Amino acid sequence: MKRIYMDHAATTPVRPEVWEAMLPYFSTEFGNPSSVYSWGRSARKALDSARDKVAALLGASASEIVFTSGGSEGANLAIKGVAWADQNKGKHIITSAIEHHAVLDTVLWLETQGFEVTILPVDEYGLVDPAQVEAALRPDTILVSIMHANNEVGTIQPISEIGALVRARGVRFHTDAVQTAGALDLNVDALNVDLLSISAHKFYGPKGVGALYVRKGVRLHPLIHGGGQEKRRRAGTENVAGIVGLAKAFELAQEEREAESARLQKLRDRLIEGLLQIPHTRVNGSLERRLPNNVSVCFEFIEGESLLLNLDLRGIAASSGSACTSGSLDPSHVLLAMGLSHEIAHGSLRLTLGRENTEADVDFVLQEIPGIVERLRAMSPLYQG
Amino acid sequence: MYSDKVMEHFTNPRNVGEIPDADGIGEVGNARCGDIMKMWIKVENNIITDIKFKTFGCGAAIATSSMITELAIGKTVEEAEKITNRDVAEALEGLPPVKMHCSNLAAEALGAAIADYRKRTASTA
Ligand SMILES: Cc1ncc(COP(=O)(O)O)c(C=O)c1O
Ligand code: FES
Repeated sequence: MKRIYMDHAATTPVRPEVWEAMLPYFSTEFGNPSSVYSWGRSARKALDSARDKVAALLGASASEIVFTSGGSEGANLAIKGVAWADQNKGKHIITSAIEHHAVLDTVLWLETQGFEVTILPVDEYGLVDPAQVEAALRPDTILVSIMHANNEVGTIQPISEIGALVRARGVRFHTDAVQTAGALDLNVDALNVDLLSISAHKFYGPKGVGALYVRKGVRLHPLIHGGGQEKRRRAGTENVAGIVGLAKAFELAQEEREAESARLQKLRDRLIEGLLQIPHTRVNGSLERRLPNNVSVCFEFIEGESLLLNLDLRGIAASSGSACTSGSLDPSHVLLAMGLSHEIAHGSLRLTLGRENTEADVDFVLQEIPGIVERLRAMSPLYQG
Repeated sequence: MYSDKVMEHFTNPRNVGEIPDADGIGEVGNARCGDIMKMWIKVENNIITDIKFKTFGCGAAIATSSMITELAIGKTVEEAEKITNRDVAEALEGLPPVKMHCSNLAAEALGAAIADYRKRTASTA
């Protein structure tokens, strides 16, 4: 059976060029970057060069890059790191209701540790209003964290505008750019951010490695204590092969970004248009401020997990914000924050396109979905024909 | 994640639909995940002769609905009433732990249909 992967917001395959670049650092060039002899020096060289590349792609300098184990650690380090370092200045943190759990749960945990938290609402498209961010700023606010683009509905936030308001007040500003690395420009000055986190496995790099940009002058308390690696901001022998892979993948993604985004956007719009032909179907998120590869819809009267199982039986991999697919049994907090009812949020489907997807894939998906939806609706007590 | 038996009932659910002249109708919602199941039964001489369901829910909810209709059909009302969610899960060769609550839905829907049938027969008697 032909298999079609349309869940690139969850993870992506490692590109051959990337793992080829990584391979030597598992074998012949296995040294510890902190060692003085030749093996160590060659690993150090690879690490330095990866750091230079990532810094250049972000418009930053090498000393502002901290390598991490991925997006979750990046968000934890940015948020807890600033909270702990700046708690003498104040204990108030602002974030939004649609953040990834890596941000949201970190902020909520800090709340249990004596920090005060404001969680800003979003509008029906999943957008944060910069004016609301400004209104929420207090004299004791030390950090604002708003994601660059949402992983479920693809809404792109006005980060640069929010950043200008927040930073003018001397408050640190972090953005979770895990979904936008490789899709949008990530120049940290244009974006007006103090901290920005990315994760390699979302742009055809390996899992378990990421980077956090920390603007010069921003103090950060480490999460992991130990050796002096990463300028004492993240102890532990560096994941050299992974970091080399991240840099290579990021470089390739940036090179191809404009052409690939334009291609994906066409496929995305074809997919959205086709799905909207199905009655009682709505698009989630904004049609204008949207990631080029994100399709998110809700089919009324049906439930997402049974939809995913049916798609899987036809070789199509997708995801859903349905309660039944999450361990917690609550539907997606993102869809609920956008004002969707539990019932509608239950019937959500996310298809996220990527490098291997073609027009033929889109057409195959569009050919399969209507029948599946119809069959599940015929089985639904909510559907009146 | 699901057993072959669950997937088999999920892909070919038995007894989907409605019974227009049903003797009992039960509808229940799952407080934990918000799913809904509706069941129709036909009873002759105290025996469940026909049963149909509609379900808005996950794969496990659909498979357990289908399975319970197979278990209940041909049984007396009293026997059918004793079918538990464990019986359904067992007949499906097990459910993942997070999906055990879905099987409650099926047992409760059948129970509600039987209760409705009793109420109707009590008021006509
Ligand atoms: C927006 C967003 N932030 C953070 C993460 C976490 O990244 P990682 O899986 O690398 O820890 C993800 C990925 O699941 C994500 O989509
Ligand atoms: S019925 Fe909702 S998780 Fe199974």
